[in-house]
Amino acid sequence: MRKFFLIAAFTALFASPLATPVALAAGDVEHPLEIKWNHGGVFGTFDRAAVQRGLQVYREVCSGCHGLKYIAFRNLLEIGLNEDQAKAIAAEYTMIDGPDNEGEMFERPGKLSDYLPSPFDNEMAARASNNGALPPDLSLMVKARAGAENYLYSLLVGYSDAPDGVTVAEGMNYNPYFPGHQIAMAPPVDDEAVDYIDGTKNSKEQIAKDVVTFLAWAAEPTLEARKRMGVKVVLYLLILTFVLYLVKRKVWADVH
Amino acid sequence: MADSTGGDGHDPSRRDFLYVAAGGLGVVGVAGAVWPMIDQMNPSQDVLALSSIEVDLSGIEEGQSITVSWRGKPVFIRHRTAAEISEAADVSMADLPDPESDAARAEKPEWLILVGVCTHLGCVPLGQQGEYNGWFCPCHGSHYDTSGRIRKGPAPLNLPVPDYVYLDDNNIKIG
Amino acid sequence: MSGHSSFESNNAIVKWIEYRLPIFSFIHSSAVVYPTPKNLNYWWNMGSLAGVMLVLQIVTGIILAMHYTPHADLAFASTEHIMRDVNYGWLLRYMHANGGSMFFIVVYIHILRGMYYGSYKAPREILWWMGIIIFILMMATAFMGYVLPWGQMSFWGATVITSLFSAVPIVGDSIVTFLWGGYSVDQPTLNRFYSLHYLMPFVIFGVVFVHLWALHHHGSNNPLGIDRKGPQDSIPFHPYYTVKDLYGMGVFGTIFAVVLFFAPNYMGHPDNYIPANPLVTPAHIVPEWYFLPFYAILRAIPDKLFGVVAMFGSLLILFVLPWLDTSKVRSARFRPVYKMLFWAFFIDCLVLGYIGGKPPEGIFIVAGRLATALYFLFFLVLPFIGWFERPKKLPDSISTAVLDSGGGGAPDGAAAKAEDRG
Repeated sequence: MRKFFLIAAFTALFASPLATPVALAAGDVEHPLEIKWNHGGVFGTFDRAAVQRGLQVYREVCSGCHGLKYIAFRNLLEIGLNEDQAKAIAAEYTMIDGPDNEGEMFERPGKLSDYLPSPFDNEMAARASNNGALPPDLSLMVKARAGAENYLYSLLVGYSDAPDGVTVAEGMNYNPYFPGHQIAMAPPVDDEAVDYIDGTKNSKEQIAKDVVTFLAWAAEPTLEARKRMGVKVVLYLLILTFVLYLVKRKVWADVH
Repeated sequence: MADSTGGDGHDPSRRDFLYVAAGGLGVVGVAGAVWPMIDQMNPSQDVLALSSIEVDLSGIEEGQSITVSWRGKPVFIRHRTAAEISEAADVSMADLPDPESDAARAEKPEWLILVGVCTHLGCVPLGQQGEYNGWFCPCHGSHYDTSGRIRKGPAPLNLPVPDYVYLDDNNIKIG
Repeated sequence: MSGHSSFESNNAIVKWIEYRLPIFSFIHSSAVVYPTPKNLNYWWNMGSLAGVMLVLQIVTGIILAMHYTPHADLAFASTEHIMRDVNYGWLLRYMHANGGSMFFIVVYIHILRGMYYGSYKAPREILWWMGIIIFILMMATAFMGYVLPWGQMSFWGATVITSLFSAVPIVGDSIVTFLWGGYSVDQPTLNRFYSLHYLMPFVIFGVVFVHLWALHHHGSNNPLGIDRKGPQDSIPFHPYYTVKDLYGMGVFGTIFAVVLFFAPNYMGHPDNYIPANPLVTPAHIVPEWYFLPFYAILRAIPDKLFGVVAMFGSLLILFVLPWLDTSKVRSARFRPVYKMLFWAFFIDCLVLGYIGGKPPEGIFIVAGRLATALYFLFFLVLPFIGWFERPKKLPDSISTAVLDSGGGGAPDGAAAKAEDRG
């Protein structure tokens, strides 16, 4: 057995210094705050209530500028909404469909199979409305940033006044967590930015945490299935490996 | 493996138990690993979400048909004439290879809704042709009547009627 | 050194087939009675693990190809389609992506094991060559596979690596245009990379066959590095090494599963979840971890052409290793100087990997050059080591050494101890 720990340690040694060097951009970027997420860890599951509140935050605050194009209304069933609720939300959006029999495009209310519409028709329109900056699509934001949830949370709550000697460019905002410290997005959430349907206290921190939880779900809706399966598979492999070890020992017992 | 039992004083039953346990666990593991590789070929979630469509019937005159695409297949929607309806209703069940009454196939007699795929080998039949004035499949010569029922030729079954509901007088939802 | 075809069967169907296609006796002689040194340690598990990983990559890859679209406008979205909508798509894609990394871990250990125990020496030079060819083909395959999701790192990795060829004098730019099928990495590039990424594993499979052919001709090397003197030094492959390999696969599979299910993006880069954008380069371009040592060598040389030459040279020099090493003794266990040199080389590779992942600034530039120099120095001093080094006394045979170690006096404390025998 000792040999195995050696090999395992060797493997770990091999992988660790080489794996993903977290490439935060130049400049002394503030290290993100450490938040405990309900969906973190081996047994983590999404906090359904937080995800639903986060959906409300996304719709009332973020969706003015940011798309969420990989999420369809049918996906909302996965966060604990029932079919009628999801259909009602879908129907609040207007979709362009067609062409109809006359060859014209027409408008219709959203259906479960529709994807969330983007706020702008194209990149140029988005930039034109945002002082030249492009608000990125948020579907994969949690997976697309080093620091993931903690980084996004820190970014949302971390706006502050620029320290002395730092000039913030026209239309930009100071945020110590953002690479380069100057971000085009104005502080998006503040206390009472959203009136929660479920009556949760709407502090800035709560809002930020909820919307980041929602975005974590949006980035990987299969996270729960993955972890559930992972626990079973690893347990199974541990048992199998132990039995194989016994078999191996038995078979080799008579080799001298 | 079993032939390696050296007869050197080890307890043979423990050894057998280990082999059976290892083999059994292995089979379970392989089966568990293979299932995702098979199931991935089934329709994905986005495909399943698109499995119903809504159709507006108001523009279809009597004696006209339209073809809409549903789950990648043609669906015939025919506004039948009175002659076609009576022709379909008057057939004796004994004449049908796949007996089914016209009333069971068309909720409202004037609207006939069919999946336009020949039950022989999957070609798309042509409308208002063939010996029974219904549909005719050019691939291998199957004749369907004005209710889409097979009457002659190699096809074994009637053209299937998809699940549909009337949302109101002029709109149906298929699937 | 395949076992004799002692295969016999009374089953009529087996006999009928065997008479026409001797497949049963082939399997019997090469995977059942195949005589194997009795003293192989767990580092020898890596070969079969690599084979399993190759098959797993091919199987999951074929499945992913059923759902992936090799088009610049659709590749990223189709990857997300796999992750979100295809049944178990997330599992299969994470298996494939992390499987690549696990494959490289296994192969790196396999290569280092070969270097430590002198497995490249006569009569196994061609076996060693085939291994290097497999390694190079793997790198090409992995590189092209990484391009397919068409994220930012995919796109810019493809741009940087293909641009290496622009260092070739005179025809460099033409080669790059040829590789791209245009004037930048774009749809034609993605489409051909997809085609080649699908093809290459089967080429690897063919070379693996030759690798095994060569292996089975003279049989495995062993931790003592001495030839087998007689049947008492060997045991049949089955059941001894089949169960040992299966046990190793269990351990490895468990490690793989932990990564796959609980840290599937640990070895990836967040930027690859941003769709490719030809107009914006990420702040730091970093290749996948398994390329980092070579990437560090590339950046260590301030000249473009020589940087590329050094990078490819660091791989190709492995081909002449059997002749650079002038010692008659195979195993580092009996070579005190080589052993130290080997570990220095190993640590140097880790350092190069670490530097490859750091921005080329300040101390990392100096360290990178130093580590690159040491990498090549290893190969340069190797011939001289063989001349002046005084190896320890080799055991008379594998059997006597194994018996000795059973009595407590192992020839080497660090490896192959009693538990090798169960």
